[in-house]
Amino acid sequence: MEAYPVPERRRFINWFLGTSFGALALSVLYPLVRFLSPPRIPEPGTAQIEAGSADDPVFREKGFKIVRFGADPVIVVRAAENDFRALSATCTHLDCIVGFQKERNRIWCNCHGGAYDLTGRNIAGPPPRPLTAFKVNLVPKSGSAPTVVVSKA
Amino acid sequence: MSRVLQWLDDRVGWSMLREFLSHKTVPMHRYSVFYYLGGMTLFFFLVQVCTGVLLMLYYRPSADEAFESIEFLVTTVPFGWLVRSIHAWSANLMVFFAFLHLASVYFLKSYRAPRELTWITGALVFFLILGFGFSGYLLPWNQLSFFATKVGTDIAGVVPVIGEWMLRFLRGGDRVTGATLSRFYGWHVAILPAITTVLLLAHLVLVQVKGMSVPANVEEESRRRSPMKFFPHFALRDLSGWIFALGVLAALAAMMPWELGEKADAFAPAYANIRPEWYYVFMFQTLKLVPGGEVLGIEYEAIPILLFGLAGLLLLLVPFLDRRHGRGWTIAGLLGLAFVIVMTCWGYGTLVPLYIVFLTALLLALFAFITRAPEAR
Repeated sequence: MEAYPVPERRRFINWFLGTSFGALALSVLYPLVRFLSPPRIPEPGTAQIEAGSADDPVFREKGFKIVRFGADPVIVVRAAENDFRALSATCTHLDCIVGFQKERNRIWCNCHGGAYDLTGRNIAGPPPRPLTAFKVNLVPKSGSAPTVVVSKA
Repeated sequence: MSRVLQWLDDRVGWSMLREFLSHKTVPMHRYSVFYYLGGMTLFFFLVQVCTGVLLMLYYRPSADEAFESIEFLVTTVPFGWLVRSIHAWSANLMVFFAFLHLASVYFLKSYRAPRELTWITGALVFFLILGFGFSGYLLPWNQLSFFATKVGTDIAGVVPVIGEWMLRFLRGGDRVTGATLSRFYGWHVAILPAITTVLLLAHLVLVQVKGMSVPANVEEESRRRSPMKFFPHFALRDLSGWIFALGVLAALAAMMPWELGEKADAFAPAYANIRPEWYYVFMFQTLKLVPGGEVLGIEYEAIPILLFGLAGLLLLLVPFLDRRHGRGWTIAGLLGLAFVIVMTCWGYGTLVPLYIVFLTALLLALFAFITRAPEAR
């Protein structure tokens, strides 16, 4: 079969059609990709929260409590009488929520066996970074034990 | 009756299909038993479609109601526990048989030309099955599923450059919340089934168009022996396997109903000995062993994750990479398989996974013996 040269006008129309379809595809794809990416919602900033009374039985029994700091979990550990520590409870490895091992006095993540000391430093296992530390204040309360107040460091 | 059938045939024209089926044959040789594995996977897929549709009638996809709706389903709805248990067990068996099917096709090199596209569509369906497993896992909204999803989506976030976008795309936000549940539900019941149906049909059509592959080292044997007619001989053997599988499924679902666990709580530590489904345990164990640290701006944990991704890509493209059909790819495959088995045993701290491999080999040998072609007279 002989190869015919594509006439000039046909080539022009083909190019026109091709770019039109390309533009059409883009005008569908762009909103689709944007639709699939969830919008960023500004979150109300949290400056400080109350983690309950210092002599809360939960602190005495388990030695720790996980509290909401905005939308994120924060672990409050009772290291000693009137010595509380607050750290981000989100493991820096793969986002699990950590707990406190009273008998070994360390923060421990059950998912992949990551360990942190009570300052938040990653001391064993896979975590790549320390846990973010929060500030703890014991606010005296008349007639009962002080309140544990956690705020951004 | 025959007049009705004739009337329908005049309008539908299915005698063409009958004609095709009557000519379809299956090659017979010492590896023929592996031809049943794809059909077995298909059986579990069909069970998943049926039970999944039933579960949708009671399931409510929201963080406040998901767990409670399944609690209601398994405690109050008649046979609700059975439908859910079958769905969960069949999901696991589907993954298992899809993996066996994939492994047998890989080691018999059935992906050789002209069946590259059959392999690629099949491998994609396999990845989609893993996606079904991952997305369906979150739906009960229990502690296990919550942490599995946190970890699984965080793994996507580790990938350089596009990681953050992928993480937010998967989670429907920055955290695993009800928004993630809505998303995973959409994927699990609509998007993945739609893609899978198309790819699965393409896969099945390609198998018909190109016929079954005969491994190179049994070509002689397959020429010597007469092939088995697909209909009715092979199809009936398929069916007997399916009925056996249904029995196993019913027994597992009735005797070991799938647990529901505790409701997800975004403010509780992960519980002790938390572990993903068995087919992700080898990755889980690897991630446990990699210490924290950074090299060239890449965190250590990203390295195994990227390597697993690369292994998946190599698996997908093997028909184009394995040009000379030498032993290299077989050895690489065996090493990969050994890695998966060793890591799985390690992750569970028991040799049971190894016993399951042996038991499966034994079952396949038994099935091969029972379904063998009669001697030519």
